[in-house]
Amino acid sequence: MQRIGVFVCWCGSNIAATVDVQRVADAVRSEPGVVFSVDYQYMCSQAGQSMIVDAVKEHQLTGLVICSCSPRMHESTFRKTAQLAGINPYMVEIANIREQCSWVHKDIFIGTQKAITLAKAAIAKVNLNTPLTSGESKVTKRALVIGGGIAGIQSALDIADAGFPVDLVEKEATIGGKMAQLDKTFPTLDCAACILTPKMVDVAQHENIRIISHAQVEEVGGFVGNFHVKIRKKARFVDESICTGCGLCTEKCPQKKVPNAFNLNMDHHRAIYIPFAQAVPKVAIIDPDYCSMLKNGKCGVCAKVCSVGAIDYQQKDEIIEEDYGAIVTATGYNPISLEKYDEYAYSLSKDVITSLEFERLTNAAGPTQGHLIRPSDGKQPHTIVFVQCVGSRCAANAEKGKEYCSKICCMYTAKHAMLVRDKYPDTEVYVFYIDVRTPGKSFDEFYRRAVEEYGVHYIKGMVGKVIPEGNTLKVQASDLLMNKQLHIDADLVVLAAAIEPDRSARPLATMLTASMDTNDFFTEAHPKLRPVESPTAGIFLSGTCQGPKDIPETVSQASAAAAKVIGLLCKNTLKGNPCVAVSDEMMCNGCSSCANVCPYGAITYESKEFRMPDRTTRMRRVAKVNPAVCQGCGCCTVACPSGAMDLDGFKNQQIMAEVDAICK
Amino acid sequence: MQINNTTEFRPKIVAFCCNWCSYAGADLAGNNRLSYPADIKIIRVPCSCRVNPTFILRAFQRGADGVILCGCHPGDCHYTSGNYYTRRRMTLLFSMMNYLGIEKERTRVEWVSAAEGAKFAAVMQDFAQTVAALGESKRLEDLRCKQ
Amino acid sequence: MEKNDIQNTVKEIIRISGVNPKKCIKCGKCSGTCPAYDEMEYHPHQFVSMVDMGDIEPLLESPSIFKCLSCMACVDRCPRGVEPAKLIEAIRSVKQRMQGSNHMKPDDIPALLDEELPQQAIVSALRKYMK
Repeated sequence: MQRIGVFVCWCGSNIAATVDVQRVADAVRSEPGVVFSVDYQYMCSQAGQSMIVDAVKEHQLTGLVICSCSPRMHESTFRKTAQLAGINPYMVEIANIREQCSWVHKDIFIGTQKAITLAKAAIAKVNLNTPLTSGESKVTKRALVIGGGIAGIQSALDIADAGFPVDLVEKEATIGGKMAQLDKTFPTLDCAACILTPKMVDVAQHENIRIISHAQVEEVGGFVGNFHVKIRKKARFVDESICTGCGLCTEKCPQKKVPNAFNLNMDHHRAIYIPFAQAVPKVAIIDPDYCSMLKNGKCGVCAKVCSVGAIDYQQKDEIIEEDYGAIVTATGYNPISLEKYDEYAYSLSKDVITSLEFERLTNAAGPTQGHLIRPSDGKQPHTIVFVQCVGSRCAANAEKGKEYCSKICCMYTAKHAMLVRDKYPDTEVYVFYIDVRTPGKSFDEFYRRAVEEYGVHYIKGMVGKVIPEGNTLKVQASDLLMNKQLHIDADLVVLAAAIEPDRSARPLATMLTASMDTNDFFTEAHPKLRPVESPTAGIFLSGTCQGPKDIPETVSQASAAAAKVIGLLCKNTLKGNPCVAVSDEMMCNGCSSCANVCPYGAITYESKEFRMPDRTTRMRRVAKVNPAVCQGCGCCTVACPSGAMDLDGFKNQQIMAEVDAICK
Repeated sequence: MQINNTTEFRPKIVAFCCNWCSYAGADLAGNNRLSYPADIKIIRVPCSCRVNPTFILRAFQRGADGVILCGCHPGDCHYTSGNYYTRRRMTLLFSMMNYLGIEKERTRVEWVSAAEGAKFAAVMQDFAQTVAALGESKRLEDLRCKQ
Repeated sequence: MEKNDIQNTVKEIIRISGVNPKKCIKCGKCSGTCPAYDEMEYHPHQFVSMVDMGDIEPLLESPSIFKCLSCMACVDRCPRGVEPAKLIEAIRSVKQRMQGSNHMKPDDIPALLDEELPQQAIVSALRKYMK
């Protein structure tokens, strides 16, 4: 039997004005378990708290009921008081007689009656309270960053600078991501490579960062502070530790017709190649689909020319297993496929290109050394049409396109238009827009400069169709402000394709039990207040995997995610919420109902041996809750058909006791 | 103190409120001094999905006249998906209330966010009125429970 | 038309067509893609906006409603699924069903036909029965 003390707070006149506190204290004295009750002006004050401590000592109290303000206000205060008095902090229950009684009821008789009922309900609950202790788990002081674009690079650098080891996993042969492919960046027009590649070098040289390139996460287990991850490092057929990146093999390889993915297949590289000059790690890689040595055992030129003997045709995929305390997802984006957009003739004409292809065409390190030419005939275009919102802002149920605004297109299109007019002033540039969205520092000024100083024709309206005819592209569009249909003979059409999360994000989210929205963007724990955390503890979001954003926003989110990771890794142990689900394995029949409703993947199953009455033993599958992962929502307790699952702190019996006390 | 000895029927109403939205909404109603009937007694649960249908039946068995369940708005659940389960479970339970001999109107699910103090008070006013109009619920009352 | 009549007619147009003009993001792709654009006084995007604003009297009086070829290019390409051609079709139906107005006689048709444009009825028939 518990020995319960009831402490009724006046809260000055806040409670005492509409609740007869003394009557409350008297009325509960005869309740089962209550051995002491008292009222006092300010229970949360120093004097009030020491009064509680004294009473615990004097009356050997085992449970406390505080009739006061909302538990959201002072529950933690009184739990600390209980601990101070030497009893378990979870032996405290609060009866909310301020916010939900004295403040909302004017009549003192009614208020007092309700306060007594609430106190009795709390007493009934405390009678069934059991001491709870938060589980503690160790934190592995190592972080995993998935994705080596600017988001992943920034997060990795920030975490590593704080002194924690970081593994940076990248699925391509080099880190750098989309930003490495860009030419200039808006609105300052610095060259993307000039600001990105020093960071890539920093990553390569950082003593706390290990780059695992050409690799993919295969399996994730564990929970916050203790993730166990399997990473498949795919064979690149070149020994990374030996290769010096001299590039001799990439010049001698006889297979010259491998589409260059880095240049969006607009030119070719050899079967052994280094993706681009500033690649990190600067190590060659063999494309097994094209290498004749790997395909039919003939050739071997690269091995012959390699002075350090780095080529290894026998190399196999390697599995790396490692423990991590925190995981950052930075899986990034891709432009959507435009194959379904027949009206823009993307698949019909080589001269209809996406904006990312345009970036490569104007990039000095690109397939044309920065000369803007038509991919079809290599001639310089004189009329260029930019089409915005291709695949963005479509209806939710549309067959093609995305419902959201891709956010970056307005600005990069303005940048492209401006750069074209700057480099080739005799080119006519038309930009067709629905809305020009430039919310950002110096963004609108930039767009206005494109129009006012560089003379780009911005036309409100959409292109209806593009028809390739001979050497030109017949563009038909409406000018909504002039109320006129335009027919433009263009040499080049650039489509601002919508962006979508990388395909690898969805399977990754499943492995991480991190939630995603319908567009496959990772969801944040709170859209306003916790924008860089996943609802799943220990998973952090960086960059466009969470939603479309530009480089400055990506970098700030990456640093924010890093700050959260550092905060987590600084701790030696993590204290969990002790109010977690517990399964009674004697009652559990292993039906999986609980695991199916658990949003956190906290429930696993294990086979356990049970002694039967006839002294035989039997193996049975039973549910096991991982207290470090469980957040204590209690959904499983209701789903459990056998009643084996219960929630500590809010046990079925406790809630029933409250119901009974209220209905008495 | 004068004892208000009226014979007016005072219903017993149990309100289950989730800790993150509705309980905070009730606190906000208190902070703003928005009055609602004292017949409403709130039980705090971590999430509306913690509420087992048997809790609701137990309340009716023990003489409650109405039970209301409040949670976060769909999509806003602190635990991502709890209130969707609540919605399904309660739809199923409430569809059987009349069969059990309890007027369906004595039960209700409402979504009240932490910012909706006024809505909380209004919902409680309305629910208390509805229940009061229905009068005492006795049909599920188990005589063995009467002490 | 009386204000009430206009409101009811707008409702009727929306009911017949099943089009929600509020979904329009005013991108003008419908007009950009329209092959009959130059023949029309009001263009597809204007139909959507004008129905949305309740400004339907000019539409009912305009020959534009008979210039639409029902080729459905605008329906196909609208990013928001607004379906302007269906809206124009509905306005045409409303016009034709109007009581007490002068109905068209077969003899009037040749004068209204445009040599350059394919006949709407034939195009519509092709669309309806070719699939």
